[in-house]
Amino acid sequence: MYSFDMNSEQKMLVETVHRFAEQKMRPFYREAEESRAIPAALVQTGWELGLLPGSIEATYGGFGEYSALTSALYLEEMGWGDVGISLHLLTPNLFAIPIALFGTKQQKETYLTLFCEEEFPKATAAIIEPVIQFDPAELATTAEKVGDNYVLNGSKTFVPLAKTAEWLLVYARENGLTQAFIVPNATPGLDIGESVTMMGVHALTSYQVNLDNVTVPKENRLGGLKGIRLNRLLTVSRIGLAALAVGQARAAYEYALQYAKERVAFGEPIAQRQSIAFMLANMRIEIEATRLMVWEAAYKLDNQEDATKAAVLTKQYADKMVLEVTDGAVQILGGHGYIREHPVELWLRNGRGFATWDGLVMA
Amino acid sequence: MSIEFKIPEAIEKQLQPVRSVAENVMRPESRQLDDNEHARPVKFVHMMWPQMQQMELANLEAALTRAQKSSNGDESQKNGPDNKPRSDRASIANLSLVYMIEMLSWGDAGVYLCIPSSALGGAAINAVGTPEQLERFLRRFTEGEPKWGAMAMTEPQAGSDTSNIQTTATFDPQTNEWILNGQKIFCTSGKLALEESKGLVVVWATVDKQAGRAGMKPFVVEAGTPGALIGKVEEKLGIRASDTAQIILDNCRIPAENLLGNAEVKTGPSSQGFKGAMRTFDATRPIVAASAIGIGRAAFEYTRDLLAKQGIRMDYDKPRWKLTTVQADLLEMEAQLHAAWLLTLKATALLDAKQENQLESSMCKVKAGKAVTWVTQKAVELLGPLGYSTELLAEKWLRDAKINDIYEGTGQINTLIVARTILGYSRTELK
Repeated sequence: MYSFDMNSEQKMLVETVHRFAEQKMRPFYREAEESRAIPAALVQTGWELGLLPGSIEATYGGFGEYSALTSALYLEEMGWGDVGISLHLLTPNLFAIPIALFGTKQQKETYLTLFCEEEFPKATAAIIEPVIQFDPAELATTAEKVGDNYVLNGSKTFVPLAKTAEWLLVYARENGLTQAFIVPNATPGLDIGESVTMMGVHALTSYQVNLDNVTVPKENRLGGLKGIRLNRLLTVSRIGLAALAVGQARAAYEYALQYAKERVAFGEPIAQRQSIAFMLANMRIEIEATRLMVWEAAYKLDNQEDATKAAVLTKQYADKMVLEVTDGAVQILGGHGYIREHPVELWLRNGRGFATWDGLVMA
Repeated sequence: MSIEFKIPEAIEKQLQPVRSVAENVMRPESRQLDDNEHARPVKFVHMMWPQMQQMELANLEAALTRAQKSSNGDESQKNGPDNKPRSDRASIANLSLVYMIEMLSWGDAGVYLCIPSSALGGAAINAVGTPEQLERFLRRFTEGEPKWGAMAMTEPQAGSDTSNIQTTATFDPQTNEWILNGQKIFCTSGKLALEESKGLVVVWATVDKQAGRAGMKPFVVEAGTPGALIGKVEEKLGIRASDTAQIILDNCRIPAENLLGNAEVKTGPSSQGFKGAMRTFDATRPIVAASAIGIGRAAFEYTRDLLAKQGIRMDYDKPRWKLTTVQADLLEMEAQLHAAWLLTLKATALLDAKQENQLESSMCKVKAGKAVTWVTQKAVELLGPLGYSTELLAEKWLRDAKINDIYEGTGQINTLIVARTILGYSRTELK
């Protein structure tokens, strides 16, 4: 059947995350953006929501099972709160989710338990590379098997929270395929460089990372001999990013709608003009359409159907949609939209990012 | 309840013969019926009639049960968002219809519109008809030769502005008849309904011009009624197999019992008659969206497959910068169609669940009209000189698709409805 109602557990989770977004993220997003930092207390509160352990099986210390659909539902709320803070809070997922999906029994036992404790885990992943033409399926970073070890070489960028991370999951090209390798922070040759500044999401501190003959034992290859299926991880990432984009767009739409009803020009609220009202109507339509695409792709993934195509179409659609909606919000606020007193300029900067973030969310 | 995206098996099964009709009956005649405007898809009509009779019978029986209960004053059986009958199990009737129409429109949208059924006229009668009216007007669609029903609303000076209709209905107490005078245009299947079969047309007319919307009432005009004449049959950009007729009402006398609903003119918030007519759009707009999407899918699939034969294949897993512009266009076409389709499914699922869906039905109509107009235009472009030639059907699909952004409320009217709904504005606050 086609049904569009969340189950009661999902409803509760969405309410909880929405409350967090409203009460903890929203009052703080501007300060986080300007100061390029998030207070430890906010990170801790976010961690205590238990979103990641909720995706990890009880065998490894978690209390749930992985569902792309449930993740998509809470990601929309997080994106609505603040994308920068969300990316910070979701950083440990970049390490844990690929392990949950592809790790050997040994790897799951060793690492997943680290993500079911009280403290915000210090782990991240390095996938994006500092090139114009980035293709996760054809990485420039290489992995070479030498004896019982793998040797990694290359450079990465947009590696969230790398400076403090104890564990990194590094994606590299091995025999023409993309594989992932678990690299402890202290490994010789691993150089965490300067922090990288992006156009938006300043609340997330990310770094350039260089790998110069970084050597790890062969047991650190994710998935052991079987390795990973990059395609599946990208599908997870695309659905997650698209869900976050829906949340970001919704925030901008709601703000612009409220503003348009209050802002008076020529003697009446600007929302009473079709040129403004129609923009808002189209925003609403596109947000709803994208949300349904996200849900369907996630549903397919959860039900072992091939979700590759659905995820690609969804992500492409969401990239375009979130940019149009956030740009439209700035436009509706006019000159005021351009001023940093209002959030819409920040949301436009965030909106532009989604098309460039393949692999930057795993949930 | 939980979120689910799965086509019900029953619908999947139903679709197989429909697909076969679309492929083997509709497509082979597509070009010919487009070239010979006003020719009838005889084979299709006779093939569909038995199935349509069954559907009409099921609809009639359900309507009779409902009408009898409500005339017995059994209020508990009334449907609505607030008092949903407990016995009412999740229905898939509208979902099934939407799937069927998507498939038939994939076959040929003009031919699909010639499907013998009570259509929009039937929907109006079904919604408010008394048991007697249901029998008198709808039984015919369950027996005998193929018949058509139609709805006549639009007039030369009243398109989107339906409240501006000028056709009058005057009651003659001497003969106990209504006398209709005026002119209707753009009536889909009007000629089939009034001249070529023993069908009927539901005509909207005003009983009191001063009363505006509240004065507007629907009347049933049966085939063969003196004073109801088919004037011009339009020549159109597309959907040429479907007849679009002018109806001239010249002292057309019909029995008092042909008025649907109440004759009383109520003004103010209680003017339910006109609003009721507008509510039927909640059911018909997703159908138009589905029809659009069927045409769009035809154009997309054809373009994709033909390009693949030339070695230009879709690769979903490449980053955007590695796609050719043609591949990027195909990707966008597919995404646009799917976005529109999901909105349509949601609007329909809400309808089946008897939940409020006015916003959703307008949203899917806006999206589908716009998306499919673009998708079919793109298909012609991507297929190059052949796409523009009449050797292929792409150019026809472009012409056929366009109507979906116009009828059952233009894209602009539906955008206005969405805008008013999300802003909480009335007709006067947002014009």
